[in-house]
Amino acid sequence: MLDFVRQQQHLTGTKTGCREGDCGACTVLVGESGQNGQLRYRSMTSCLMPLGNANGKHIVTVEGLNRPNALNVVQQAMVDEGGTQCGFCTVGFVVSLAGYCLSDKAPTTQNGIASIDGNICRCTGYKSIERAVERINTALTDRPSTAGSTADGLAWLIENEFLPDYFATIPQRMLVLLEQPVNGIVKHVYSANDDTPAPVDPVFLGGGTDLYVQRPEAMRHAHVQHVFGQDGPHAIWREDDMGCIDGACTADELNESALMQDHFPGLQAHLKLVSSTPIRNMGTVAGNLINASPIGDLTIWFLALNAQVVFLRNNVRRIVPLRELYRGYKTLNKNSDEVLESLFFRLPTPAQAFRFEKVCKRTYLDIASVNMAALIEMVGNRIVRADLSAGGVAPVPLYLAQTSAFLAGQPLTDETLEQANAIAQTEIAPISDVRGSADYKRLLVRQLMKGVFM
Amino acid sequence: MKNIDSYTHVRGESLYLDDLPVVNGTLYACAFGSPVAHGHIRSLDLTDALNTPGVVRILTARDIPGENQIGGIIPDEVLLADGTVDFWGMPIALVIAETEEIAQKAATKIKVDIDPLPVVTDPREAQALGHLIVPPRTFQTGDAEAAFADCDHVVEGRADSGGQEHLYLETQGAYAIPLENGHIKLFSSTQGPTAVQRAVARVLGVGMHKIEIDVTRLGGGFGGKEDGANLWAALVALATHCLHRPVKYVLHRMEDLRMTGKRHPYSSDFRIGLDKDLKIKAYTATLYQNAGASADLSPAVLERSLFHANNTYFIPNLRVTAYSCRTNLPSNTAFRGFGGPQGMFVIEAAIAKAAEELGVSAIDIQRANLLQEGDAFHYGQIAEGCEAQNCWTDAEQRYDLPQLQREVDEFNQNNRLKKKGLAAMPICFGISFTKKWMNQSRALVHLYTDGSVGVSTGAVEMGQGVNTKMVQVAARCLSVHPDRIKIETTNTTRIANTSPSAASATSDLNGKALEMACKTLVERLLAVARVKLNSDTVFIRDEQIWVGETPSGLFWNELIMDAFQQRVNLSEHAHYATPGIHYDPTIEKGHPFAYHVYGTAFVGVTVDCLRGTYVIDYVKTTHDFGQSMNTIVDRGQAEGAIAQGIGWMTMEDLRYNADGRLLSNALSTYKIPDIYSVPSVLDIHFLETAGSEWAIFRSKAVGEPPLMYGIGAYFALRNAVRAFNPTGTATVVIRHSDRPNRIDLPFDAPMTPEKVLLGLFLNENQHSFT
Repeated sequence: MLDFVRQQQHLTGTKTGCREGDCGACTVLVGESGQNGQLRYRSMTSCLMPLGNANGKHIVTVEGLNRPNALNVVQQAMVDEGGTQCGFCTVGFVVSLAGYCLSDKAPTTQNGIASIDGNICRCTGYKSIERAVERINTALTDRPSTAGSTADGLAWLIENEFLPDYFATIPQRMLVLLEQPVNGIVKHVYSANDDTPAPVDPVFLGGGTDLYVQRPEAMRHAHVQHVFGQDGPHAIWREDDMGCIDGACTADELNESALMQDHFPGLQAHLKLVSSTPIRNMGTVAGNLINASPIGDLTIWFLALNAQVVFLRNNVRRIVPLRELYRGYKTLNKNSDEVLESLFFRLPTPAQAFRFEKVCKRTYLDIASVNMAALIEMVGNRIVRADLSAGGVAPVPLYLAQTSAFLAGQPLTDETLEQANAIAQTEIAPISDVRGSADYKRLLVRQLMKGVFM
Repeated sequence: MKNIDSYTHVRGESLYLDDLPVVNGTLYACAFGSPVAHGHIRSLDLTDALNTPGVVRILTARDIPGENQIGGIIPDEVLLADGTVDFWGMPIALVIAETEEIAQKAATKIKVDIDPLPVVTDPREAQALGHLIVPPRTFQTGDAEAAFADCDHVVEGRADSGGQEHLYLETQGAYAIPLENGHIKLFSSTQGPTAVQRAVARVLGVGMHKIEIDVTRLGGGFGGKEDGANLWAALVALATHCLHRPVKYVLHRMEDLRMTGKRHPYSSDFRIGLDKDLKIKAYTATLYQNAGASADLSPAVLERSLFHANNTYFIPNLRVTAYSCRTNLPSNTAFRGFGGPQGMFVIEAAIAKAAEELGVSAIDIQRANLLQEGDAFHYGQIAEGCEAQNCWTDAEQRYDLPQLQREVDEFNQNNRLKKKGLAAMPICFGISFTKKWMNQSRALVHLYTDGSVGVSTGAVEMGQGVNTKMVQVAARCLSVHPDRIKIETTNTTRIANTSPSAASATSDLNGKALEMACKTLVERLLAVARVKLNSDTVFIRDEQIWVGETPSGLFWNELIMDAFQQRVNLSEHAHYATPGIHYDPTIEKGHPFAYHVYGTAFVGVTVDCLRGTYVIDYVKTTHDFGQSMNTIVDRGQAEGAIAQGIGWMTMEDLRYNADGRLLSNALSTYKIPDIYSVPSVLDIHFLETAGSEWAIFRSKAVGEPPLMYGIGAYFALRNAVRAFNPTGTATVVIRHSDRPNRIDLPFDAPMTPEKVLLGLFLNENQHSFT
């Protein structure tokens, strides 16, 4: 998307900063129309966005936010507070903040800042940008709660100089777009019912947030099969006491799920630790699991929950416990043409507590040195059950099987945790790398294990 | 006045190098970098790369028509490796292709056979081997060795500070366009257009006049594009010279990280002596600067470490020796502060260590030793307009330092798993290039016949707001509305022989030249007005000519036209040279700085003692801006510098392995502060001071000095860690320690969460959960 915008469309406002989704200078807004015709805009880093994922979407670059001969409210706030110095990152901030204005998030400091948590600035120290956010929030005070999603909301944003006039035409144009058959539309998943033969080993491509970081050159020419956003928002649903998640569900969709929020009170705090807003808007659960990073946050999460993943190939489904998926470093118990359709797991009961810990060099928008998840059930001071998983401590994302087995039935005492740590230290095999020394990671495992029981 | 560039910035309409419309026929370059850090090149196989469809040519050192040399201070830096490679990523060949993608792909197909040589990445090891960039330098005053004998307390130790990647959001790049007669017009993302011009001319073996460098703006520089831009400009110029085609090269982020120099890491030994009143009587230090593979600006950076070895303290007996050590890393270079922060870190570590040994607060030592008016710096200059004490006193009262300390103490008494730390960081930073000849500048002003104004200076806009300040200077001096004024690109054809935009001095130097040019033009215009209005007391106010206290009805644009028709020169090219500065390196004494900038910051942090993570709670500063001419710009500079300084001291962890390969080679592994990691409270009080007559409009230079407040974050974190773990029971004996049963928490920046956690449990002989 970044190359398309800059090189084909000659819209140079969108900047190339890092090409790995870590700076936000290339942020664009991606608008989509739901089944009810309601619009929803999300920020995404265009450097990692496959062009195919734009199918049926409204892509807004900074140029698309410019009002003729006048600044919009976000831009004016940034100017008035000196929120721009060299200017190179600025466009990304402006786009992210415009997305915030288009959202239904309440105008609070916390929400405003969260919208730019994926934008890095090297000049300002962010304080002037924080002041700009306060100005924007003031201007948003009377915004209708459904600002970006309805015609009335858009009209308010246009009237109040947040958006250029053409946004009024977008809902209609989006509907027309959706009704039109699009040449070359990519099917969600190849199946036996497809007329077209499946290519040999297509690359299943979700949000692109890992694949385009790891092998950008190869991906440029790869035969990809898009699984992202082709069917609109992806479902998270309940079957009896099981939680079920579509593989193409994004981290943000997890974050917004009422079902997930109900069963995971710490959900939003946990997911705030996972990458950034634009990346959470793109990255999928399946992508996180299949990428098989030993440090994948959601992988560690679902390992503790003993999630089962459902693979689909030629209309045949195969269920694999997540704990048996990883055979070695980036080696999976999976055929190359199997696609991760969904996963399911037993929802935590009210008696169970789910914990997630993550330590990295930078608390947010960073990859963990060590992360840990735990599903804990206590009766009084006795541990009935404790399922612990840890990342960054082995070639694979690790379920701490022996440690977990030991903990079941033990009283929660310092001595128990010491013994558990001694066992955990035999289960892990961290290496020294840029994210920390092996000694540090071992110490972190001890400390985070203490943390999950606090 | 708001930043004049901000309107186009927020609309995405500002033009950076990669945004310039591409000229028809443009080719794209990609450098092939050495896959090892040190060795002899045995053979280079370009066959596969050349056979890649779309590849036009691959250039090596043999294709260079002039000198294979781009070294600025010392000629020790080749453009393309010839015979040996000296660091991982050192350019060996340049692929030129029809597209960027093809160039990048072809570069991966180049094969090189290299006989490895020993790799040295540690500056102390390099020094021991005699691998020095320049002979060591020693600054001294008094007799430190003799003074130690009279001190009540003498403390020794070691301090290490890490490197820092500039991480300008816009990567390095250049775009060369061939003109007639072998001339080249070159767009470069550089802080030093003249340095680029000189390097290109040298490599091509042509006169500088044939090479035109043009700079609109940079997406950040921070020192990294001072001399660091020369290489990329010279490469595309070479390609354009050889192929007579426009050639563009904008570095991929990972190339930029791998191939470009950074802030110099330093390793240092110190010894500090105090009397019973905590007065610093003697200080010695040996600094080992990790210069990387070539000199670049390292000798000048080294010099500034020596100038700022005392930070803002009066030390009567001082001797500091510094070695610039050649290692097999990319050539480290200028970075905001330019060696000053590294020198200051050592004295602050010495003070902290002394405080810890004596059981007093470092704040008491800092306060007792601040420079006073009339004190001599160790390099001979006398502190004039010294604001060290004023800034400290203001900050202490404004922010209630005793209360800040009480809050920390009470919190720490009441909390076991969280600890707070507080540190003070007073600063003093000298303003001027330490090379006297670099303190000169020029400005060219055209008054157009419609009354509009074109301004060219040698200043490069890189986010520091210099364009805005130049508009202010011209608007004030000419008494015209800022809308009439255009700041032109920085161009070597209009302004020749420029000093780089660096050393915090850009607004002073270029502003002073611009002021001179404007005043000359105003004088010419007033001469016309005097005749026309038949009065000797005319002046211009708000675009109108006044006679005494009366507006004359004669307006700016009419006067311009009158002057033009009278054939008065409406252009002026002024030259400014900072007066009064001098320095004699043979005795290391002189008056190198036009003036000094002072300030004091208090930094408070909270450490999570379970996880080793932390937050910077506040930075509260009183800063000497002089008479700030633009508080929006100056506040922004201070805030940004503080965040960058905190980054250097905390999370920015530049890692090379023993083979000299950069491990923190992407934004996913090299972390700079994000919006959540900057302090929630960042107070900056503008202290009313006289400023300096050598500062433009008495508005003191602001780019670099506040960065050094960030050093306070290191010591605040250290204090918090020590609040959790004041003593230990380890077995390793540290040299110089008078308590051999303890490992001292090392002075080793950055204070990453890893170092915090290991420090919290340092000397722990068993894993305790209580």
